Amino acid sequence: RAAPSRAPGAADTASMLRATSAGRGMASPGLLRAALSVMPRETDAAAAAAVPFAAQAQPAEAPRRVPVPVPQAHLGHFVAPPPCTSLELVLPRAYGEWPMYRVMGLDGHVEPGAELPDLSVETWHKFHTIMLQLRAADDVFMSAQRQGRVSFYMASTGEEAMHVGSAAALSPSDVVFGQYRELGVLFYRGFPMQGLADQLVANEDDYGSARQMGVHVGSKEHNFFTISSPLATQLPQAVGAAYALKHRRGLEGAGSAAADSVAVAYIGEGAASEGDAYVAMNFAATLDLPVVFFVRNNGYAISTPAREQYRGDGVVSRCAGFGMAGVRVDGNDVHAVYAATKAAREMALRESRPVLIEAMSYRVGHHSTSDDSTRYRDPEEMEAWKSSDPLLRLERFLRLRGLSDEVHEARLRDAARVEVLRALEEAERKPKPTLEKLFTDVYHDVPKHIREQEEGLMAHLAAKAGQ
Amino acid sequence: PLPPPARPMLAPRRLHGASRAVLSAGRRLSSLQQHHELREDVEAPLAEPALKSMNMFTAINDAMRIALERDPMAIVFGEDVAFGGVFRCSVGLREQFGPSRVFNTPLSEQGIAGFAIGYAAMGHTAVAEMQFADYIFPAFDQLVNEAAKYRYRSGNQFNVGGLTVRSPCGAVGHGGLYHSQSPEAYFTHTPGLKVVMPRGPAEAKGLLLACIRDPNPCIFFEPKALYRAAVEDVPEGDYTIELGVADVMRAGDDVTLVGWGGQLRVLERAADKAAELGISCELIDLRTLLPWDYDTVAESVRKTGRLVVSHEAPVTSGFGAEVSAKIQEMCFDSLEAPITRVCGYDTPFPLIFEPEYLPDADKVLEAVRRVTAY
Repeated sequence: RAAPSRAPGAADTASMLRATSAGRGMASPGLLRAALSVMPRETDAAAAAAVPFAAQAQPAEAPRRVPVPVPQAHLGHFVAPPPCTSLELVLPRAYGEWPMYRVMGLDGHVEPGAELPDLSVETWHKFHTIMLQLRAADDVFMSAQRQGRVSFYMASTGEEAMHVGSAAALSPSDVVFGQYRELGVLFYRGFPMQGLADQLVANEDDYGSARQMGVHVGSKEHNFFTISSPLATQLPQAVGAAYALKHRRGLEGAGSAAADSVAVAYIGEGAASEGDAYVAMNFAATLDLPVVFFVRNNGYAISTPAREQYRGDGVVSRCAGFGMAGVRVDGNDVHAVYAATKAAREMALRESRPVLIEAMSYRVGHHSTSDDSTRYRDPEEMEAWKSSDPLLRLERFLRLRGLSDEVHEARLRDAARVEVLRALEEAERKPKPTLEKLFTDVYHDVPKHIREQEEGLMAHLAAKAGQ
Repeated sequence: PLPPPARPMLAPRRLHGASRAVLSAGRRLSSLQQHHELREDVEAPLAEPALKSMNMFTAINDAMRIALERDPMAIVFGEDVAFGGVFRCSVGLREQFGPSRVFNTPLSEQGIAGFAIGYAAMGHTAVAEMQFADYIFPAFDQLVNEAAKYRYRSGNQFNVGGLTVRSPCGAVGHGGLYHSQSPEAYFTHTPGLKVVMPRGPAEAKGLLLACIRDPNPCIFFEPKALYRAAVEDVPEGDYTIELGVADVMRAGDDVTLVGWGGQLRVLERAADKAAELGISCELIDLRTLLPWDYDTVAESVRKTGRLVVSHEAPVTSGFGAEVSAKIQEMCFDSLEAPITRVCGYDTPFPLIFEPEYLPDADKVLEAVRRVTAY
């Protein structure tokens, strides 16, 4: 609105209104009209100019405050805390920094004051074995891609504890929505190495019918939804799946599988910048859903370091804004990851609410076979993170308890490598899927127009072969 | 392993020949009825279904009510659906089925889509509303990159066949750029989706129920101008109209007119005006745009030799382009004139110029006369 022009000494309309209403209890229609118009009218302005406000007698004491009644019924969204009369722009440092939970030190000892999760020795050995299998798979398949034997691969080197620690805390009926760097979760749940090799080679046995790039695996049997390349899309989907579990629990009752299941979504700190990540957290919190968001903060999104990804305290600090519970954990400490995931899962299930775990780790390898991280990474940084290597830490832990030694570890490493090589060779012996797989599963049935296109391709290839 | 998904308890009825007499009262015989007459019906023939006068939002409401009744895991959600929806399509549903079945989501179309996909990926029925088709674009990534590809990319281990996205579309008289769009062409370009648009209340109810039950993700665009304005007798009870089958609403010999949604009313008026000039128009409602029934249109064009396609959306790369390209491939020898499109201009949808922007009956008639005189 344009500011009303002022004759010298003229009162503004609002003051006129106040003066009149204080005296008479309500404004005259003429004064109200003047107050509501953008420009004060000439006659009113002239009248006001005749008696400048400042010249009027001031009341002897301040006017008595008459409290304005506030309806006791709630004001909807407006929380209405007692008003604060000092203006302060709150800086982020006031929110503090979230602590990082740790159980096992870099040297393999349990930290003083920490509680080691009560797991069996068999489980610790399973941690070790699966981590080694993953490490072996990463080594073999990275090399295989350089040799042209697989088209694409993404290694999880340095992040193995996040995979096995979290997977160990889940139930087989929990539904998992991964990003792409969670193969250890799949292995821990029982997915065979051959399944990964088949997917990477893209042969006829691939669960996904050889339609996707490498590591884009999925297995219905293991409740692991198929990976897709678009980032963070899996988060709102996990939230929808959690709604299905919650709704089923309502229908099927306390003893059902749904009643004991949560949805789990994995995501990196980079992908957590995507809109889908924010949206999923808001939906999960607002709809009170049993979902665990596991954020792998490994320091890099391809070449982009975390300090170029966000300005706040990592990802877990966003929990406050969403009204969601959260915890930060040492992602290279398999025991801490296990404990945090177990606790988060229980809270999500028991209280039907989302929980976010931010696991701090480091991406030791390249982003993928299409990346050369030496172009953007400091070799000193990479060297520094070796002391925190999750596999080494677990091995130190096991050795301290007499559960492992160099010979045992070497044997496991060799066995893991042999298994991966065997799976790769086996995968390479298998043929591509038949060409009809190009055209099926677009829809539930093959519609006529796609069938006609398939016939066209077959005819084209037949003609080509005949030439 | 996950428990098996809930199945609808009662199978929907197909609209049978017995209902023809009732539906055709005051209306022309549609190919829907022809289609069902010729089929070997497995189910027992039904008595004449009761009809009720409904507008389009009531018919859509009825369809959702039936879906929620038949399937205890079906849910309806979106922005403002709890109180009944900004177009009243979900009135009464929350009261009848409860807050866990019919609920508001936070204000985010990408969230609504992703959430719906996750729910459907678990094997259940999700009916998600995008409040206006103009706002469907934040959901585009989820719908195109995820929903459409869920089955294919997983080797058929997973799918989101239980997903139906409903969204009001089209001109409404005062909607301007962002309450008038018809974005169907963005989605017809996406293999894996089905795209459906009804022309009235009875069609809307049957097509929506078909979408909800179709084992593929469907996008159901609802011409908002018809919510109140279109009133007709709609069969009570459960029925579906087959997807992928066009409806020859009116037989004719000289020109084939093809459209969908609200545009059929425009084409009807143009056909009536053409009839006064002695031009007989065959009128076809595609109903399903993806996959679309090109065989029915081709059969018609082989007879008439002339095709006019009309839609509100901008002409360039609108779905009329697909219809034109496919039909000229199939019917080149039969064509007596170029295939002509009467569509919106290649501009954003204007407010004050809406009447001039829209492909109205006069523009369609002009095209009809041009192709007839070619």
